[in-house]
Amino acid sequence: MRRFWAVFVARNLEFFRDRSTLIFNLIMPVFLIFGFAFAFPAGGGTTYKIGVVGAVPAAGTSSAAAAVGDVALLHYEHVSQVPYEGLEKPLDRLAHHQLDMVVDLGSGEYYVNEASTNGYFLERMLRSEGSSPLAKRTVTGAAIRYVDWFIPGMIGINILFGSLSGVGFVIVRYRRNGVLKRFKATPLRAIEFAGAQVLSRFFIVAFFSALVFLGTDLFLHFRMAGSWLLLVLVNAMAIICMISLGLVFSSRIKSEEVAGGLMNLITWPMMILSGVFFSLEGTPQFMRSLSKIFPITHYVEASRAIMLDGAGLAAVSGNLAVLGAMTAAFLLAAAALFKWE
Amino acid sequence: MTKTSAATPILQVTGLRKSYGKLKAVDGIDLSVREGSCFGILGPNGAGKTTAIEVIETIHDADEGSVLYRGAPVGPSFKESIGIQFQNTSLQEFLTVRETLRLFSSLYPNPRPLDEIIAACSLEEFIDRDNRKLSGGQRQRMLLGIALVNDPDLLFLDEPTTGLDPHARREFWRLVEGIKARGKTVILTTHYMDEAEYLCDEIVIMDHGRIIERGRPRELLLKHFGQTVIRLPSSAVPSGSSFSCPSESEEGFVALRCDDTDRSLRDLVASGIDLSDITVERRNLDDLFLKLTGSSLEGEGQS
Repeated sequence: MRRFWAVFVARNLEFFRDRSTLIFNLIMPVFLIFGFAFAFPAGGGTTYKIGVVGAVPAAGTSSAAAAVGDVALLHYEHVSQVPYEGLEKPLDRLAHHQLDMVVDLGSGEYYVNEASTNGYFLERMLRSEGSSPLAKRTVTGAAIRYVDWFIPGMIGINILFGSLSGVGFVIVRYRRNGVLKRFKATPLRAIEFAGAQVLSRFFIVAFFSALVFLGTDLFLHFRMAGSWLLLVLVNAMAIICMISLGLVFSSRIKSEEVAGGLMNLITWPMMILSGVFFSLEGTPQFMRSLSKIFPITHYVEASRAIMLDGAGLAAVSGNLAVLGAMTAAFLLAAAALFKWE
Repeated sequence: MTKTSAATPILQVTGLRKSYGKLKAVDGIDLSVREGSCFGILGPNGAGKTTAIEVIETIHDADEGSVLYRGAPVGPSFKESIGIQFQNTSLQEFLTVRETLRLFSSLYPNPRPLDEIIAACSLEEFIDRDNRKLSGGQRQRMLLGIALVNDPDLLFLDEPTTGLDPHARREFWRLVEGIKARGKTVILTTHYMDEAEYLCDEIVIMDHGRIIERGRPRELLLKHFGQTVIRLPSSAVPSGSSFSCPSESEEGFVALRCDDTDRSLRDLVASGIDLSDITVERRNLDDLFLKLTGSSLEGEGQS
């Protein structure tokens, strides 16, 4: 325990005294958050999104069109359809301005949010197509700004980079320059060394994520519909999971160049395909399936559910279970693969 | 710490081999190190010195051979009994010398008090400085301090004075003498002959992974170069002079090759010859290495 503690303290001192890294850890996420807050005040996205409940007839097919009318609007360019099973979920999204219109082909009704600009234009276009057999329903609800939707993703990216570079890169550097060899010459055990690195990094990443979140929240007042405690739990599990991934990543590599390349290979697909910057709703099924292999996807899903929809523990338990299982798998792999040199 | 009888070497290495691919870095070496001695491993760069001691330190696994510490095979507790100063070491950054020592001190069950380490290695003047902002000599003293935090009975120093200026080397030697004075055993690799002659009680000379000669430095020199060469300018030597040892002319000098240096010098004084420009040359380990391998120990281009 004394050995563990000594390495833990040394690593923390090293991190907090490295001013340039420290500043980078703060500036990058804060800059992105404010950037997105000003660039996309509310709603966001340039395509119109229509939630569709029920089977969509192909363009021009008259048989199905006979029942509900040919909704030509659905086939416009720059209009994307998002299929849904029931009405509850799409109406919720409509209320939060994440959808611009919902069309229920079963009942022959369409829904718009009276506060939504995009909804207003879509409705005008729907009417301009001639006499629509669809009946109008309205919902109300204030827009969720893009930044409210984006903030969990940003914190997720912060955790991802903080964990992979802070554990992964640092251990690779230690291995290359001989710090690990020096430790290997002492009674320090690999598990004590790795444990201290993980714990040190856990507090550093948690501290900076909280700092970034609370600091930007002072100005941007994020939507927080759910439990703070649950959000902290989700964050803690995500941090441990991604630090464990960093340990696997750093278990053998000897050069920082290889580490850098591999890190790009891991992080870019995660950022793009996990729904951090844009919603995966409406993307092909394989993309949505693929996104499930990334821990950050589960973190973002759970955080968004808590912050935007007020989801409880039961609703995010699936995501938490996946994060827990991934953590266990990463730690086992790291223990099996780790080499001092 | 258990002391063993004087007869049992503190370290006994038998048939040690280590290869990297086709390269036989260590090709079957045997060593026996007496407790309390300074044992030198000499050889040019690439001779296999570092690989040999890092295998002994259990940093690398041996392909073959055995290492006995106080008569027993080395086990996990071996690391608690030894101190190591690597040839190249990086440390965690943004730590002062004191914090660095404290970190390593915490890794051992029974560390020596830090104040003693600081005094033993003369670290006082830069103890609170960032460990990256040290001169070469200061850095080596700090690394020696790290190697001593657990008060090891057996200390490995891998080329500790390479790259240091003469003053810093002398200073480092003084510290090593202090360690020897406390009864500790030192295993030192070096490619400086004067360092080995000054510090070591016993040496082995390595080349291409093998030990090519071993013994006490003085005895080795006597064995291979029995004679001392005394040179006098020809102008100072009256023609027809006779000497107690064989003489020959060498480009303006007369060279005497003498077995008994003391008697020869006394004879010269008695003969009344002007000795103002006399030189007395003793062969050193570099000459020995040159003789044994045909190449210089400190020379360039060795593999």
